[in-house]
Amino acid sequence: MSAAFNFMPVILWTDALIFALLAAVLVLVWLIRRQEHLRAPWRGVAQRPMAMGAALVLSVFVVIGLLDSLHYRAKLPDSPADAPQYSVEVLSVFDALVEGLRTRQEKTYSAPLAMQLYAKEFVQREGVTVRDYPRLQHGGAHLAHADERLPDIAGRALAGAAQGALAGLLVFAGLAVWQARRSQVSVGTWLAAWRGGRLGWPARTVVLMVTAMLMLGGALMQLAAGYHVFGTDKVGQDVLYISLKSIRTGLVIGTLTTLVTLPLAIGFGIAAGYFRGWVDDVIQYIYTVLNSIPGVLLIAAMILIVQVYIESNAALFDTAAARADIRLLALCLIMGVTSWTGLARLLRGESLKLRTLDYVEAARAFGVSHARIISRHIFPNVFHLVLIAMVLDFSGLVLAEAVLSYVGVGVDPSMYSWGNMINGARLELAREPVVWWQLVAAFAFMFTLVLAANLFADGVRDAFDPRLGGRL
Amino acid sequence: MLAYILRRLLYAIPILIGVNLLTFALFFVVNTPDDMARLQLGAKHVTPEAIERWKAEHGYDKPLMLNAAATGSARLTDTIFFQHSAAMFVFEFGKGDDGRSIGNEIRTRMGPSLAIALPVFVIGLMVNVTFALLMVFFRATYLDLWGVVLCVVLMSISGLFYIIAGQYFIAKLWNLLPISGFAGGIDGIRFILLPVLVGVVAGIGGGARWYRTIFLEEIGKDYVRTARAKGLGEVRVLFRHVLKNGMIPILTGAVVVMPLLFMGSLITESFFGIPGLGSYTIDAIQAQDFAVVRAMVFLGSFLYIVGLILTDISYSLVDPRVRLQ
Repeated sequence: MSAAFNFMPVILWTDALIFALLAAVLVLVWLIRRQEHLRAPWRGVAQRPMAMGAALVLSVFVVIGLLDSLHYRAKLPDSPADAPQYSVEVLSVFDALVEGLRTRQEKTYSAPLAMQLYAKEFVQREGVTVRDYPRLQHGGAHLAHADERLPDIAGRALAGAAQGALAGLLVFAGLAVWQARRSQVSVGTWLAAWRGGRLGWPARTVVLMVTAMLMLGGALMQLAAGYHVFGTDKVGQDVLYISLKSIRTGLVIGTLTTLVTLPLAIGFGIAAGYFRGWVDDVIQYIYTVLNSIPGVLLIAAMILIVQVYIESNAALFDTAAARADIRLLALCLIMGVTSWTGLARLLRGESLKLRTLDYVEAARAFGVSHARIISRHIFPNVFHLVLIAMVLDFSGLVLAEAVLSYVGVGVDPSMYSWGNMINGARLELAREPVVWWQLVAAFAFMFTLVLAANLFADGVRDAFDPRLGGRL
Repeated sequence: MLAYILRRLLYAIPILIGVNLLTFALFFVVNTPDDMARLQLGAKHVTPEAIERWKAEHGYDKPLMLNAAATGSARLTDTIFFQHSAAMFVFEFGKGDDGRSIGNEIRTRMGPSLAIALPVFVIGLMVNVTFALLMVFFRATYLDLWGVVLCVVLMSISGLFYIIAGQYFIAKLWNLLPISGFAGGIDGIRFILLPVLVGVVAGIGGGARWYRTIFLEEIGKDYVRTARAKGLGEVRVLFRHVLKNGMIPILTGAVVVMPLLFMGSLITESFFGIPGLGSYTIDAIQAQDFAVVRAMVFLGSFLYIVGLILTDISYSLVDPRVRLQ
């Protein structure tokens, strides 16, 4: 079908679900924008500098994750045009964008920004064989002499940061002109309001954050063009590339798991609280049983089963990526099944309270059907709890992935993930000199994502939780 | 009171049966003994005879639920379900793949697990409450704000990082404490210090922030205003009134996890080489020793339910308004 293209699109299961989720979020945003009472708390979120800054960082992660979810298989260069053959390697649009990072492989470990390998080898130098650190094939290959390395690194970092600052300035100028025209004031007036923080939204934080991120990104890009910014791993792959690829795994686990959790938690929780009686008893029984089994063990048991299934049905999956992907999906499903109980209990308690309120009683007296009462009166009143639980759970799930991968029941070992990076690197701390960069990179990326998610979640909770009433 | 406890204990039985049925379904129905044998034997040695031999060795060569070939009560008892799942109710766990009795392992490994988990729990609780009270004392100041931010930062760091960083800096670089290992008696204290320290530090972020919200909720109540109105100082209000009342949700929340302390922590024990139940479990998962995993699932659920019952009892003990009936 795609003889005209030199690639074949591949839609993995998690890709499809991620884009379905994206579509759902967009629809939700559209719905929320139309209704003032739904918009108000979100405006509250947007007024918090911390939450907005966190949202900006999150959005960078999300964009990378989405780009990394558009998969394809490249056409083999020497395959005939009428019967094209495709590479078994599944790549993504993100891979194509950072082609250089992916393909510039070294032999083995090298330190961040190094121009030599980590270990000594026998090298030919002016006709004599000496034992020395061999030069890297790509990292710092443009340098003639080791003395040029530090000035070159500083120069590249500064140039990149300057370019980023310039881009930030352009964004700022564009924003100022656009906003000033929108509110029909002069640009000078708008700038004065911006400086005084009187715009009604944390414009100062946003502009500073965007500029800082652009500067960081610019410096990274400049450095990555000539060096391995976070070094290379055991097989010589760029650690920055691996860390970036792991973003998608973290996001998939954090979001798709909640997607599994939500229907279970909402359905069971509201049903138990609203209908009470035997429905409540049965649902409480189910979640006490599930809750009483230690989570890791339940996940381990189920993952072992999935493993057996994949091994005995290997024919169903045509590429290694598809196999790893189905395990990732299974992990999300399993974690979802084991983690809905907390939210369900919360929703049950809330529904128990809501069902006794006058307007619900009135609706029942008028003969409104149960389904309608739940969807019109109960659900909208517990929705903030669902939302808060969703954003709060996200960071916990990202952290759980690392632990599960360590136990050996996480994502597929061939998949890029921070858990796998940590697991592979932690024994290398015993080496002399220490190979620390893989660990540091994995922890740094994970920390950034989780911290941003936590700060954003705090903002959402403060804005939505009616008990706090906007204070704090 | 006694009648209540008895009823709660009876209520626990159907839950344990549910856990038992669920694990039975997971380990024997969805994943048949044949699959287990294949996984254990590895691709090279899979012959029908080898599978049969493996099943016979482990006692999995019987029918699942109903033995049609047997007579009398053996129709029900000579089955996998009765011998491997129902037997757990009397804590008969059988043998692991290494041939050792699981019950014995559990008894000997509980001690080391407790030696780590109990100090982490007690010290952690005290440290977290102290931090939370400090933040509440300085509430609505920059100290409080940055305290909360620090908590969020600490929460956002992976638990693995605390362990790896602790082992690397404290044990390897500065040589203050041994990297890993375990010993009984007084000599064992130096092995315990590092895991306990790491465990406490790793818990501060989430714990202190959570307790802070509990105390803040308490501080908005009327009795606090009354206490202030009669002229009590802020320190006295905090320690005499807020702390006491705030401890009710904190302690009852802690009671539910107390029995689970026996299970130890998977990650900590495995990193520090503690011969406890946590490392036992993790080894079993990695070696795919299903008998041990099943036993640990049952033990964990049992302890959790004990925790639930203890929680209810502790409510009535600390809060005289709660009556059990």
